[in-house]
Amino acid sequence: MFRLPVLAAVAALCLPPAVAQARDNEAVTAFTLENGMQVVVVEDHRAPVVQQMVWYRAGSADEPKGASGVAHFLEHLLFKATDKMESGEFSSTVAANGGQDNAFTSYDYTAYFQRVAADRLELMMQMESDRMKNIRLTPENIETERDVILEERNQRTENSPGALLNEQVSATQYLNHRYGTPVIGWKHEMQELQLKDTLAFYALYYSPNNAILVVSGDVLPDEVKTLAEKYYGAIPANPDLPERLRTKEPPQIAERRVTYRDARVAQPYISRSYMAPERDSSAQDKAAALTILAEILGGGTTSFLAEKLQFDTQVATYTGAFYSGATLDDTTFGFAVVPAAGVTLEEAEAALDGALAEFMEAGVDPEQLERIKLQIRADQIYARDNADSVANRYGQALAIGLTVEDVQAWPDVLEAVTGEDIMQAARDVFDLRTSVTGMLKKKEAAE
Amino acid sequence: MKLFYALILTFAAALPARSEVEIQSVTSPGGVTAWLVEEHSIPFTALEIRFRGGASLDRPGKRGAVTMMTGLLEEGAADLDARAFSRATEALATTFGFDSSHDEVSVSARFLTENRDASMALLKDALQSPRFDQDALDRVRGQVLSIINSSLKNPGDIANQTFNETIFGGHPYGSSINGTVESVNGLTREDLLQAQGDVLARDRIYVGAVGDITREELGMLLDDLLGDLPETGAPMPPRAEVSIPSGVKVVDFATPQSVALFGHKGIKQDDPDFFAATVLNQVLGGGSFESRLMTEVREKRGLTYGVSSYLVPRDLAETYMGSVSSANDRIAEAISVIRDEWSKAATEGVTEQELQDAKTYITGAYPLRFDGNSTIANILVGMQMIGLPIDYIATRNDRVEAVTLADVKRVAGELLTPDDMLFVVVGQPEGLETTIPEDAPAE
Repeated sequence: MFRLPVLAAVAALCLPPAVAQARDNEAVTAFTLENGMQVVVVEDHRAPVVQQMVWYRAGSADEPKGASGVAHFLEHLLFKATDKMESGEFSSTVAANGGQDNAFTSYDYTAYFQRVAADRLELMMQMESDRMKNIRLTPENIETERDVILEERNQRTENSPGALLNEQVSATQYLNHRYGTPVIGWKHEMQELQLKDTLAFYALYYSPNNAILVVSGDVLPDEVKTLAEKYYGAIPANPDLPERLRTKEPPQIAERRVTYRDARVAQPYISRSYMAPERDSSAQDKAAALTILAEILGGGTTSFLAEKLQFDTQVATYTGAFYSGATLDDTTFGFAVVPAAGVTLEEAEAALDGALAEFMEAGVDPEQLERIKLQIRADQIYARDNADSVANRYGQALAIGLTVEDVQAWPDVLEAVTGEDIMQAARDVFDLRTSVTGMLKKKEAAE
Repeated sequence: MKLFYALILTFAAALPARSEVEIQSVTSPGGVTAWLVEEHSIPFTALEIRFRGGASLDRPGKRGAVTMMTGLLEEGAADLDARAFSRATEALATTFGFDSSHDEVSVSARFLTENRDASMALLKDALQSPRFDQDALDRVRGQVLSIINSSLKNPGDIANQTFNETIFGGHPYGSSINGTVESVNGLTREDLLQAQGDVLARDRIYVGAVGDITREELGMLLDDLLGDLPETGAPMPPRAEVSIPSGVKVVDFATPQSVALFGHKGIKQDDPDFFAATVLNQVLGGGSFESRLMTEVREKRGLTYGVSSYLVPRDLAETYMGSVSSANDRIAEAISVIRDEWSKAATEGVTEQELQDAKTYITGAYPLRFDGNSTIANILVGMQMIGLPIDYIATRNDRVEAVTLADVKRVAGELLTPDDMLFVVVGQPEGLETTIPEDAPAE
């Protein structure tokens, strides 16, 4: 089985995948500082390495209107000067200590991380806590770094027909919610982002009571606690931190279709997405059923869609299903079909709908369900090999309103899912009125 | 205000982390050698197997055969067809990965201790009795053709393809391992069997294993898994004659951001100056945010999201490459800045501070690599392929530390040849045009 390059773009339609879940409760310790900053420690003493992550509960979906991209822009600007450090000194200090650092922004959160030798954790905390409140930006920083994010948009989006289709699909999917606006921002709004936009976002959201510290690797919880109290504990909470108010979707009552044509398209494909519930604290069962449903329908060679569209018939070169419940608000359940040579997108769509109808008739194959659950159990063993990915999972979950208990319960919730739960979830979600069908087509010379 | 952190820095930098990886060399009763790290705290093992030669062993006119053969290893073996093989793998919670590159075919496996024997029996079938059923062959052919077609419209792939064609010509390095639409359409089951015999042989095999397995268990496993492979495969391809024209080659492609690849000749991995070159590259374009190229092209001028340079020491040729992407109206400036930095480093070398920072990074980052069974298994097999001694990990940082400022300056003068650089630019760059002779190989 080959991974097709178009898939990265299709997969990006849905937020990060989250089938593999770890639970090694003994190695995870959680506590909260007095100023409200949550702390999670994931121990792995096999190598003298540590990773620090700080997650802010602020992402692109929290941006004010007209300033799309400001959350991500600010993420870039946090590598500039603070009261105590010169511009660029943060990363050069990490590098001069043999470490690596970076950051990322999503709809619901912004996170910063460093991987470094375990004995450098204090230095990392000192620097990360410093830039929580003390950045000092100049107009030149804004001018230059805005060019950088515009080039980033060029690289990720403008140069990729699949990414451009994704933007259009998401914008069409969400009628009244910021998940319809790209994380990197609309180009025309990015061009207008100013110093005051970034500082306003920073002042509102960057504070310990809106942040989660996750440390993984060769550390002890007590030592993390002592350091965290010293560096982060000294920063006062922001009493004016607003509730995370998000606009809600109205009932979606009309099926939508989006076609994007581009001369750079070599491999046309279709996508289909439906509105779907996300994981909620203490109510993760629907999301669990949908997680397994995505595996059943589109999880590789043995999946239902591969069976119908790639083996029983040769309609498709690739099929996939995507779902991740790791979001704050309602998310999507998505499909992609890359048609085989000589098959039109319309024929591919009809085959997808035919296969889904067949699945609704046939129900879940108990043997397939058992194989998937076996892999979920095995993934808990494999996940112990990667403390950083466990750490990542906790940080993400806490940033979207889940609790440590929710993360630890997740494998059991997956395990408890029945065939009937899955079919009920499928019946609830596969409602064309909430759907967007996307088509990526070659633009012919005449058009 | 640098002093604030400088104090801690000095103290911390004096204590680089040590990676405590104990490698054993294991030779099976049947004569297969592997490097092993026992790690019994988690009940699974990562196994990494490489066959040297890889896609460069494609026969004339059969470009893409090795890659397609590799892709078909998991599409049916012995009495299991493609779907039955996948179901069997899933039922063991085992994962297999099969991949090909210019220099090797790699096979990766991850299996729970309780399922070790059954997992290895499946893998043995995949390596020794692949079915290459016609329906699987046609299905995978469709996937490969889709990838080839997509790469013809992807600016990064076009740049890569053009660069390789231009400098390697008819050598296997000069063409994509996926083959062309024409060559892939022509591949038959016999071609795949030929490719299997050419590549999957014992005289070119390298093995790394990390996890919950003892040396005795690994020895027996290796004989069961690999003992019956043919003793010899096809002869290794010759070294590539590298001929790099200096100048610019523009490939017209209607897209807003130009993608550029640049480079010239490189340095062998076993060259005594390789560490000096590594330190030099770290300063010039190897570091993430703090390299000279990132500082000048991104941080100061905002011309790109990313620019980097990297040494590419392959089995059969060495190059020193870099890449950058900038909007069509800014790429010429980005390239001009890169040329200036290349020239500056060639004549002046690096500063004492840069040398120290680069060494601290390279030595400090090294232990961070050993962060998981699969990752370590990959490192073990890579070390064997480039002929490093088994105690290399313990001595590697000392070799980095031994690099002097004079070494870097001398190597910079020899290695960096700004007048010999080729820039391949895919897009519609303003103010740039092709300056090298237009005798590019046929499409």
